[in-house]
Amino acid sequence: MISANLSAIFYLVSGVLFILALRGLSSPETSRQGNFFGILGMIIAVTVTFLSVGNFSTGLIYVLLFILIGGSIGAFIAYKIPMTAMPELVAGFHSLVGLAAVFVAISAFLNPEAFNLGSQGNIKLGSLIEMSIGAAVGAITFSGSIIAFLKLQGIMSGSPITFRGQHPLNAVILISILVLIYYLCSTQSSNLFWILLAVSFLIGFLLIIPIGGADMPVVISMLNSYSGWAAAGIGFTLENTALIITGALVGSSGAILSYIMCKGMNRSFFNVILGGFGATNETSATKKEQRPVKSGNADDAAFLMKNASSVIIVPGYGMAVAQAQHALREMVDTLKKNDIKVSYAIHPVAGRMPGHMNVLLAEANVPYDEVFELEEINNDFANADVAFVIGANDVTNPVAKTDPQSPIYGMPVLDVEKCKSVLFVKRSLSPGYAGIDNDLFYKENTLMLFADAKKMTEDITKNL
Amino acid sequence: MEIDPLIFRLSIFILSIFVGYYVVWSVTPSLHTPLMSVTNAISSVIIVGAIIAGLSGNSENVFNTSSIFGFVAIALAAINIFGGFLVTQRMLAMYKKKKKGK
Repeated sequence: MISANLSAIFYLVSGVLFILALRGLSSPETSRQGNFFGILGMIIAVTVTFLSVGNFSTGLIYVLLFILIGGSIGAFIAYKIPMTAMPELVAGFHSLVGLAAVFVAISAFLNPEAFNLGSQGNIKLGSLIEMSIGAAVGAITFSGSIIAFLKLQGIMSGSPITFRGQHPLNAVILISILVLIYYLCSTQSSNLFWILLAVSFLIGFLLIIPIGGADMPVVISMLNSYSGWAAAGIGFTLENTALIITGALVGSSGAILSYIMCKGMNRSFFNVILGGFGATNETSATKKEQRPVKSGNADDAAFLMKNASSVIIVPGYGMAVAQAQHALREMVDTLKKNDIKVSYAIHPVAGRMPGHMNVLLAEANVPYDEVFELEEINNDFANADVAFVIGANDVTNPVAKTDPQSPIYGMPVLDVEKCKSVLFVKRSLSPGYAGIDNDLFYKENTLMLFADAKKMTEDITKNL
Repeated sequence: MEIDPLIFRLSIFILSIFVGYYVVWSVTPSLHTPLMSVTNAISSVIIVGAIIAGLSGNSENVFNTSSIFGFVAIALAAINIFGGFLVTQRMLAMYKKKKKGK
């Protein structure tokens, strides 16, 4: 058994290693080393916990057994999961952090002696407040992430579920959570503790159902943030520095990602959270008159690209759905053999989670120095010969710059229309997630390629 | 008068939020997905609480209500730790630079 002071120092060390783990992600070269620091921090934290409890006679074998069970499941998932399913995986993992936080809070509530928090029915006030906040946030993270997971997995429809009185109901529940925490702390009643958990599970569920599929980048980031705050709440209860530092890091990380995603859509955080986007604009989209479009086949597309000197690829969620990233990379290889310069343009909210497209391209062996963010590449469209839009839609819509009436007005978009010609791979002319027509379809220099993204890309490669 | 230790923990918490703020802003956008999976893995350090709960039983009774919740939490957190770090590793291994002369 080691002293409390010594273990506190080790927890601090592991907290610092976690900071270095995130710091490593500032560039791909240092990122692998960063991940190693993270693993090292985790090993230190777990080892120190064993040594500081020192009670090896009982439970130990079971603790190791459950680590082994969980660890094998986790490792199995990590190796099997396809890269396109990363958003679901992350949502699923967030739900587990939330549930683990709830369970730790329950253990501490039922057996406060083991955690040095007083005795049952007489838990120290500060610890009880921290514990109930941690448990409530954990429960919200759990049920919210489950809904996000189901929506991403397609088990639940991605369209927003709204009903009358939704916002007042949510407000009442959120206030009742605060009231419950107040009474729980003054009475120490275990019934109130269970009710608090039940209500928190409910609100997590209600908060996420009105949010639509393409807003998932914001939701996932937000739940990431919540899982951090839940961990921090438990960290205060357990007086554990590693948990407090980690909780704060993860909490602010998720909050920043949510902010970046909201900015990428030019929408306020509350606008996204209150949900229902897209549902309101259906009428205006359906009464649009038919306008002529030019459509072509793989042969036309191949001809245009062969005669180009530079091509910019704009991937979106449709590429992930069609699993077209490998076919795309083969097409690009062929283009490069013909001395055509190719780069990739990624919009911040392309895909279903932050950085989703980058991971898919990396999986298809696209070097990361050919992949550019919106602000890095947007000026290059004017000088490029061909823009190849594959699976993206709203993020290329020029309406965001021209029509103040449009719901996406002000959203930063890729200036695809400035290219000499635009190739737009899409299955039909249907509007994108925001429910609005894309003016790009009808431009003089746009050629629509109506097909499955993967098949079309393969056909183009054959014709090159 | 002595300062309540809670104040020290609160200081660590607030300062860590600021550290997190600056560190995360310097993360390159192309690594935002690995950022999410690694933050997920490190937030599972909550396993330390679960281990304390799991070891709280006495020799006659390893399984009490509290320790059972602890054991389940250990398994959940372990899924995240192994899953999170390994999947991050797998993703990061894919990020490659352009090969020279190709």
